[in-house]
Amino acid sequence: MTYIPMDTRSHYAALVRRKRLYGGLTLGIFALLMISGFGLANERNAGGFWTGLPQIFDFPAAVWADTAKHLAEIPAHLVHYFPALLETINIAAVSTLVGALFGTVLSLLSTRGLAPWPAMIPVFRRIMDILRAVPEIVIALMLIFVLGGGPVPAMIAIAFHTSGALGKLFSEVNENADLKPVEGLASVGAKWGQRMWLGVIPQVAPNYFSYGLLRFEINIRASAILGFVGAGGIGYELKNTMSWGQGKFDEAAAIFLLLFLTIVAFDQLSSYIRNRLISEGGH
Amino acid sequence: MLDVKALTKTFGNNTAVDKVSFKVEKPCMIGIIGRSGAGKSTFLRMVNRLTDASSGELLFEGRNVLELKGRARREWQSDCAMIFQQFNLVPRMDVVSNVLHGTLGKRSTLGTMFNLFTQDEIHKAIDLLERLGIAEHAAKRAEALSGGQQQRVAIARALMQDPKIILADEPIASLDPMNAQTVMEALRRIHEEDGRMVIANLHTLDTARRYCDRIIGMRDGRMVFDGTPAQLTTGVARDIYGADENFSEAATSTEIRDHIHSDEAERLIAKVTV
Repeated sequence: MTYIPMDTRSHYAALVRRKRLYGGLTLGIFALLMISGFGLANERNAGGFWTGLPQIFDFPAAVWADTAKHLAEIPAHLVHYFPALLETINIAAVSTLVGALFGTVLSLLSTRGLAPWPAMIPVFRRIMDILRAVPEIVIALMLIFVLGGGPVPAMIAIAFHTSGALGKLFSEVNENADLKPVEGLASVGAKWGQRMWLGVIPQVAPNYFSYGLLRFEINIRASAILGFVGAGGIGYELKNTMSWGQGKFDEAAAIFLLLFLTIVAFDQLSSYIRNRLISEGGH
Repeated sequence: MLDVKALTKTFGNNTAVDKVSFKVEKPCMIGIIGRSGAGKSTFLRMVNRLTDASSGELLFEGRNVLELKGRARREWQSDCAMIFQQFNLVPRMDVVSNVLHGTLGKRSTLGTMFNLFTQDEIHKAIDLLERLGIAEHAAKRAEALSGGQQQRVAIARALMQDPKIILADEPIASLDPMNAQTVMEALRRIHEEDGRMVIANLHTLDTARRYCDRIIGMRDGRMVFDGTPAQLTTGVARDIYGADENFSEAATSTEIRDHIHSDEAERLIAKVTV
């Protein structure tokens, strides 16, 4: 009877040794990748990675030095740039809504069990892949070239990307939807749109909403960045104030502050709403 | 009225329903019995057109419903209501909305999106809930109701369709005996009061015997019995279920009834008291 525990022990010891070996190997590979990566980055960089590293704080220091001199003007700057911030949020909101709408349709068309044309599922999935693969800034630059600067190209660009991204997430939500209500509605002679609207949407709405809010946060940032290429909003102002040698770093600091506060505010708001949705378990 | 001709459904090499043929001349209550996997559900799903048949014909009032497409098919589905084992309601919506879904076959998608149900329809839905004894739950979400209540909501949805046929796929298989009895009595009453045809898949013999005018037995996709409850002897039942001598009706029963003879019961009580 005594040989069984002995055997268990030696087996377990062997298992531990094997685990340690794998762990060590993984760590080694990781270290090797890091070292070679840094080396490559250092070689390719114009200024040199290690020589440039100490200068990393030059920009924040310059911003701080400018701001410290004009500390009293910050509230005025905040008020001055607030309309631009509203424009940025506006772009983000409209593009999230439009993107969610297209994303919903695309996701329903590309979910097995719900799709009206199952053979077309790969087609709709590839369409979503393309929408996600093209960076917002590329679409925005293209549209600015065609339509001229302003918030509309930014809105379209972000909506493009959002419909691809939300479409994929929504379709994962759809896969977990219960098909029994859908079948029940099919049995009374309901059309595809009716089955989706009444049988699927009520089930998935809380999850859709949660993903939509998350995307809204991301889109605020995206919309701010697109301002850099001339799509209006607070990004455009930030680009102007951030250029070296204008002595406007205090205004840049005010814009950073605005952006930071906005992100925090929407983050808090969306987590509050999402928690309430989850605790209610309804829509 | 209903004429089923060699209705067949194959999944790959597997024949789920094998040349089922029967005729129904006037509305009655039909029970289909058989083991699980005998093809009962597939048969009902083909009648409602949820599943397409492989071959055969299904004539209702002289028209082959298996050939209907698009709008005509949806109209047939609204004439031919279906009740499911798992109720298949929309759990997050209120009870009245679920009943109103019975009208979807005659409604446009856009009208559905804006919830355009008329006052009359809403009143009719509540009347139906009253008839089934669950009107006090009208405003609750369907998921808040018990299984028996949900099944009655499903029956109300079926009646909202004003159908000529009601198909019930194992309507009481997920219910406790008390609720099962309520639901079966509701189905029987609908047949007697409204004169609608009811076809129900049932998994217990005694339920089929008690509520149905006609019983169809299926085994391995084929129809092996078609007759009145009186014609369904124990021998025939054993054949339908592919069972041996140990099989008895009491063993499969879900009804609240004394199956033990009174003298036997007395003997058991005596044993306990000793």
